[in-house]
Amino acid sequence: MSERHPSIQFRLDPRSGVAPYRQLVEQVRLAVASGQLRGGDQLPSVREVVSQITINPNTVHRAYRELEHEGLAEGRPGLGTFITPRAGIVAGAVGRDILIDSLRDWMARARAAGLDDVEILELLGRFLNLQRVVS
Amino acid sequence: MNSTQNVLEARGVGKRFGLTWALRDCTVSIPAGKVAALVGPNGAGKSTLLRLAAGLGRPNEGSLTVLGEVPGHENARLRSKVGYLDQERLLYPSFRVGEMLRFGKATNAKWDERMAASYVTQLGIDVDARVHSLSSGQKAQVALTLCLAKQPELLILDEPAATLDPLAREDLLQLLMQQVAQNGTSVVLSTHAIGDIVSVCEYLIILSRARVVLCDDLDYVLGSHRFLTAATSTKSSEPPGVTVIESRVSSREASYLVRMDAPFSDAGWRITEPTLEEIVLAYLREGAGRPDLNDAAQSSGGDGGSQ
Repeated sequence: MSERHPSIQFRLDPRSGVAPYRQLVEQVRLAVASGQLRGGDQLPSVREVVSQITINPNTVHRAYRELEHEGLAEGRPGLGTFITPRAGIVAGAVGRDILIDSLRDWMARARAAGLDDVEILELLGRFLNLQRVVS
Repeated sequence: MNSTQNVLEARGVGKRFGLTWALRDCTVSIPAGKVAALVGPNGAGKSTLLRLAAGLGRPNEGSLTVLGEVPGHENARLRSKVGYLDQERLLYPSFRVGEMLRFGKATNAKWDERMAASYVTQLGIDVDARVHSLSSGQKAQVALTLCLAKQPELLILDEPAATLDPLAREDLLQLLMQQVAQNGTSVVLSTHAIGDIVSVCEYLIILSRARVVLCDDLDYVLGSHRFLTAATSTKSSEPPGVTVIESRVSSREASYLVRMDAPFSDAGWRITEPTLEEIVLAYLREGAGRPDLNDAAQSSGGDGGSQ
């Protein structure tokens, strides 16, 4: 086992309803978005992660595959998995998607609560004004 | 998926002890290379299924194959490929740890001496210590080490971490995951600790009242179950196109835990993600509400609500 510190320390929340591999993916995305991980940084090997936290190695494999699929990481044969140079842009774009998703969710709740378009716009307007005053 | 890719394949398996069915109509397929969790209340049939899979006893009905073979006491070839650990953790109390390891080496063809030694060192267990002087956590770790050094293709563990303190439990599961990472060993384990399932398992089987009520990939289980909530004034009936596992209806609000096998489109429901614990408990409560399949065979006394 190498002596250097891993580039990211994963954690699993067993009480979360989010699939374990998704939790790892989100942690990498967050680390990239916050600049803690940059293009070219190496992710810990599956065995390193297994020795860090009690986790099924297949879950780590699956998370890394998903990160590759999303363009945040790339596997280099024989070397390991690395953050891609354009990961920052990808993480930002996906961040917007998450915002849009949560807005859609909020809209559904607002409608379920009986708010119509005018009331929703008024509410949003009030928030925007509030933020302008603060900043 | 054909049977050769499944480490365990049960079709309609039933096991009876006297007049009581401990397991009935059990149909499960566990794919190879996975860590599968078996959950259910005490007496649901978990240990019975695991014992049958380990070749300790035969089903009264149905068919069961493990690694494509029929388990049984006479099938020595299969027994060498399967590691089984129950809560008894059969160790010889007067043996020293090192003697236990030598015993393992002498009785197993594929014994990995180096692995056994390195695990014991990693766990900080003294090879000269006698088994009876070890803590229950260390005993469990030694018993698992003996099981792992056999290099089985399939590990069957009956509540491996029960009775262990949190630290010993963590060490034990970590040891197990290391083995999975190195050898790709398939594992079937029973547990009551839902937190452990999330960290180490990929496949979930829920047994309730001697029957299988859920058997699926853990990611799929988490992804396909949702709470749907709406005011009773806007929604007067169950949500359409989904399987309702549990419902809670008050005068104001109706909340359903549902399984959606296709995207849900009925507007006006608030959708939230349940935790694995909430999902498992809903299935167990639903199972507990069903008539006990042994009630018919016995005199009809009680409401079947007790364990």
